[in-house]
Amino acid sequence: MNEFLLIFRRDYKSAETQPSPEQLQKMMKEWQNWMGNIAAQNKLVNSGNRLSDEGKVVKPGSLVTDGPYVEIKEAIGGYVIIRAESLEEAAEISKSCPILKVGGNVEIRTIIPMEM
Amino acid sequence: MKGSSLQENELLPHLFRTEYRKIVAVLARHYGLEQLSIAEDVASDTFLTASETWGLKGLPENPVAWLYTVAKNKSRDQLRRMAVFDKKLRPALKTETTSYPETDIDLSEQNIRDSQLQTMFALCDPILPLESQVALTLRILCGFGIDEIADAFLTNRETISKRLTRGKEKLRSANIRIGLPATGEIKQRIDAVLTSLYLLFNEGYYSSSRDNVLRKDFCLEAMRLTGLLAENEQTALPHVDALLALMCYHASRFDARTTEKGEIIRYDEQDIALWNDELISTGHYYLNKASRGKELSRYHLEAGIAYWHTIKNDSTEKWESILQLYNQLLCLNYSPLGALNRTYALSKIEGKRAAIEEAEKLGLTKNHLYHVLLGYLYENIDNQKAKAHLNEALFLANTETEKNGIRRELTKLA
Repeated sequence: MNEFLLIFRRDYKSAETQPSPEQLQKMMKEWQNWMGNIAAQNKLVNSGNRLSDEGKVVKPGSLVTDGPYVEIKEAIGGYVIIRAESLEEAAEISKSCPILKVGGNVEIRTIIPMEM
Repeated sequence: MKGSSLQENELLPHLFRTEYRKIVAVLARHYGLEQLSIAEDVASDTFLTASETWGLKGLPENPVAWLYTVAKNKSRDQLRRMAVFDKKLRPALKTETTSYPETDIDLSEQNIRDSQLQTMFALCDPILPLESQVALTLRILCGFGIDEIADAFLTNRETISKRLTRGKEKLRSANIRIGLPATGEIKQRIDAVLTSLYLLFNEGYYSSSRDNVLRKDFCLEAMRLTGLLAENEQTALPHVDALLALMCYHASRFDARTTEKGEIIRYDEQDIALWNDELISTGHYYLNKASRGKELSRYHLEAGIAYWHTIKNDSTEKWESILQLYNQLLCLNYSPLGALNRTYALSKIEGKRAAIEEAEKLGLTKNHLYHVLLGYLYENIDNQKAKAHLNEALFLANTETEKNGIRRELTKLA
């Protein structure tokens, strides 16, 4: 079993892709169910966090701009850490992630375990 | 002789247990944890004398006052003996001296409550393994006999004796003092105490011991001790109230949960008339109290789930709420039982087939409760599979009472 970081991204800017308040309500329940499913399988390592809209980006030369990463339309909305047998299984689990329904996507990265 | 001997037979054990734990707690606080054995000896000695004297002369007018007087006297004698040892023998042994205060033992209600509270924190110190904390709590704070404790844990007298002795030794060598932790520390320490009390409650609730009366007593004791925490200003935190609410709700169904033979009756088959309304109301009271503030502990979530279970009528709202609570609970704290119960809630909302699909992902095939759940889910969908799962459950189950319950389900399917 390995641990995987799931990064959730979606377009928070373009007006057409923003969910309505009712959709957001429904989504909250779907997120809870999706996380609950993973937790029930004892595969949830860390329920992660949601990230706020505002942020900053620091680049070499001490250049600080308002973030999140402005050049990209999509922004990271949150993350979660799960455990699974393989990247494939982690991807399978991510297929039912509610963010996909609002045009978002899930990036999955294997966490390199700390060596003692 | 006052009263018939039948009355005495019922009165004495109950009286002994109730008063033993009060006396021991006060003495423990007075003598300190290093002398916990002395506190127990004085208490036991008091009851031994009571048995002998009352057996010959009959019950005194006021048995409790009699016990307290004798306990105080024996304690004073004990202190004098220790002071003599101190003065005459200790110097010869060249060991450190400890001073023994000559103050009288205070057996007022307030001091009894305070002593029990403080002793609770001492006995539930994190340096002790959880099972030792529970055993010590049962013995010293609740006054249960070693055989009773062994019976509840389905083990033998020797194991429990060893557990108690080792626990006391650890407390002694770590120099644990009896006293409420500093205000800043209370929040941390109380979690250990609550874990212990919850474990104690579950022992009574889920224990496979046949002794129903004893198991109920365990639950009531756990509730009484949690109640002590809830009443005291310094320890009355929201999640204490939540735990108390949770215990009340569970306890309200105690009588409806099992048949006389000790088989478990499933929730949806229970006779509501046997649910205790008073305990349910008390649960509501504490759940309300617990809802002040922003905290959402696992006890809050479990109490919320238990609250919904006090409403027998099925509704979408009920099961949706229960599902969401299980979602949050599992994200906070995984447990196989939680995962299985969540799946049951899922079946009420999305139907049995969807639940079966989710259940099969749980990876709990070695757990007999998993197979019991699938036995229920496959009922009337595929009775062959249902029977297969129940048979597997029968094979995996640990105790006779559980097996009997499963056999009951199997005969219904035949």
